[in-house]
Amino acid sequence: MLYARLIASRLFKAVIVLFLIIIFNFFLIQMAPGDPAAIMAGEAGATDAEFLRQLTERFGLDQPLHVQLWRYVSGVAMLDFGFSYRQQVPVLDLILERLPATLLLTGTAFVLSLVLGIVAGSLAAARVKKPSGSLIMALALVFYATPLFWVALMAVVLFSVYLDWLPAYGMYTVGAGHTGLAMALDVGKHLILPATTLALFFMAIYTRMTRASMLEAAQQDYVKTARAKGLAPRVIQRRHVLRNALLPIITLAGLQAGQMVGGAILTETVFAWPGIGRLMYEALQQRDYNLLLGIFFFSAALVIVFNIVTDLVYRLADPRIKEGS
Amino acid sequence: MKTPLAITIAAAALTATSAVAEEPREGGVIDTIIQPEPPGLVLGMIQNAPTRTVAGNIYEGLLRYTTDLEPMPQLAESWEVSDDGRTWTFHLRDDVSWHDGEHFTAEDVVFSADVFHRELNPSARAVLQHVESIEAIDDYTVAFTLKEPFGPFLISFEAGTFTMVPKHIYEGTEFRDNEANNHPIGTGPFEFEKWDRGTVIQLVKNEDYYEEDLPYLDGINWHIIPDGASRAVAYENGTIDVLPYGTVENFDIPRLTEMDNTCVTDHGNEYFSPFAMLWMNNREGPTADKRFRQAVMYAMDREFARNVLWNGLGTVPLGAFGSNAKFQNEDLAPFDHDPDRARELLDEMGYDGEEVRLLPLPYGETWTRWAEAVQQNLKEVGINVRTEATDVGGWNQRLGDWDYDLAFTYLYQYGDPALGISRTYLSSNIEKGSPWNNVEGYENPKVDELFNQAATAHPEAKREALYQEVQEILQEDVPVGWLLELGFPTIYRCDVKNLVTSGVGVNDGFKDAWLDK
Repeated sequence: MLYARLIASRLFKAVIVLFLIIIFNFFLIQMAPGDPAAIMAGEAGATDAEFLRQLTERFGLDQPLHVQLWRYVSGVAMLDFGFSYRQQVPVLDLILERLPATLLLTGTAFVLSLVLGIVAGSLAAARVKKPSGSLIMALALVFYATPLFWVALMAVVLFSVYLDWLPAYGMYTVGAGHTGLAMALDVGKHLILPATTLALFFMAIYTRMTRASMLEAAQQDYVKTARAKGLAPRVIQRRHVLRNALLPIITLAGLQAGQMVGGAILTETVFAWPGIGRLMYEALQQRDYNLLLGIFFFSAALVIVFNIVTDLVYRLADPRIKEGS
Repeated sequence: MKTPLAITIAAAALTATSAVAEEPREGGVIDTIIQPEPPGLVLGMIQNAPTRTVAGNIYEGLLRYTTDLEPMPQLAESWEVSDDGRTWTFHLRDDVSWHDGEHFTAEDVVFSADVFHRELNPSARAVLQHVESIEAIDDYTVAFTLKEPFGPFLISFEAGTFTMVPKHIYEGTEFRDNEANNHPIGTGPFEFEKWDRGTVIQLVKNEDYYEEDLPYLDGINWHIIPDGASRAVAYENGTIDVLPYGTVENFDIPRLTEMDNTCVTDHGNEYFSPFAMLWMNNREGPTADKRFRQAVMYAMDREFARNVLWNGLGTVPLGAFGSNAKFQNEDLAPFDHDPDRARELLDEMGYDGEEVRLLPLPYGETWTRWAEAVQQNLKEVGINVRTEATDVGGWNQRLGDWDYDLAFTYLYQYGDPALGISRTYLSSNIEKGSPWNNVEGYENPKVDELFNQAATAHPEAKREALYQEVQEILQEDVPVGWLLELGFPTIYRCDVKNLVTSGVGVNDGFKDAWLDK
């Protein structure tokens, strides 16, 4: 009951936030120089006034700004995100077509980084004064500090070019005609490099954070009590230390999950992964306003959803947190 | 100085001519790259480079052109012109079908030219404004009657510029909203199979193609790989067989061409013959003074750019007319790299060190480096240059609004000065909002007159004389900087045979290609 009320109030706020985001994005995009008609004419390498006039009229860009805004907002209210100027396809179709690829990539990276990060962090916390603990932390620091695109390129050079173990790019082997299980294995093979690359950075953060908050929790009085009770060290670590150390990690995981739609531009580009991040980058380059606004909308919606989920998970992890406190 | 790559290409040309003609083999699929992903595949509706490259194998024009830009039969078997140069008659093949099985006739030609292209296609409109009427004389004969003779008429029928589209699909519909745009129907050697956006465009063999035995290949996969380094890797690890021009960065080219079983050609680009230029704003600032513009020409070391940034490929142009356009005046005094002469000219005009803004072309690393090289050349002679980087949208807008002093660009030459060259200098072509017209704002009534006369003069000798004269004036006025006729190599595995057979290269070349493995 409590959850139902909480979710309802959050959803109400979310609608207002989304509406404001749409308006803000609309004007933000208008501020970028260039317009889609001119860019399409430019790519053709030849143009005349007639061509520009046709496109501008077709895209509705000849209308005053407030008319364009009204058209867009009333469209979105009915889940009509308009047409991509450049690709002549409904924006919703384009986004839904690319969404599974992105969610597969970012979702895998999310689970991978969270699980490995917490495990590595716990290990490092348990071995705080041993060389193995320092080694974990050193590695975490390296992955934290190295730019993603460089890691990606080096991974390709090592695993695809020299060792020839893994495919360098794409989501499946073009022309192989795999189906069923073979297709799933093929996609899985293509997923390893980009998902690992994407996971490394967050894994490093989770490792560092898990270790820090576990060390802090280990100083608390209830841990001393538990030890005095005679509990086994492993049980103390898991049930008392780790559980109390989880809250900051949940916060961070919520942030990472919110970026799952638009946060993989670099990885998707380097590995030619056909996801939303690439679509967004290309839409930006081409000033494909409708498409860009549509992707912004979905990203924003996902951030809001995961903020709500994060709040719910807080309550599961720590029953002391209640509405309004 | 010749770089190793230029030598490799020259050597390849020698061995190619001495090789014994081999018997082509059937079968096999070629994996190649398209960069960037095209917005759509209906030629005529969309004319950008990636659309031309993929769809040029789906659609056809009435003619093809050799690497010397001589017309070859395609959908038209033969053609003739009346003595006054005003009526062109094309005799079509009678055995051609669209990919959906409908028969191709003269009605399709009339519809494509007179309705479809007149409405949608700015490059075709530039030619069609000289056409008075288009008439189907019978099912397989079409006559074009011109308002006056038009020099470049016969070179305008390339598939990408004057595509033949099916009348039975488009007539009476809203062209841009037609459902068929998602599944293009042409007459070409390959049919559209599948487009997995962001991953691949697949074409398959047209089993009913009208030319005997062609095509040899079973299909073409156009991979879409957004990152330049990843594209190079895809060739290195063997997934990709053919790298069309412009798909890898120039600095990767020497490494790739040194690989085993790798061939390279700089042919297949003659029709477009991209001409890199430096817009110089003729309206205001120091660039409005022609002595300043001449000084820029003397200051730039164009040989260096060619040898270092473009791997020794391409041609440093003498003046406004490139070597692949007709009627080049070879007697013009060249602009050699001469910093002293540049300084003299700047002194003479009293250049006071006013800052000039330079816009690089936002098309990748080579162009950024080129802008740096030019900036350094200009600084050496005392010109105060500031580079202002933009993205493609910003670059379009700045040029369309004439908000620049110097700016890089490149333009296609289309085989004839009346199509690809005069547009840059005609004052009637000054209009805000486009980066492809007379952006520099050059106005010279004499030049206008000569260009306009030359376009419609008849016969060729008259055109020649007029173009020679206009080149002399342009050489003196330097309305823009002439940088380089770009040489874009096509890199491919040596077991891909007969790939580049026309002046547009891979844009229509897969028809003749075969795999020797």
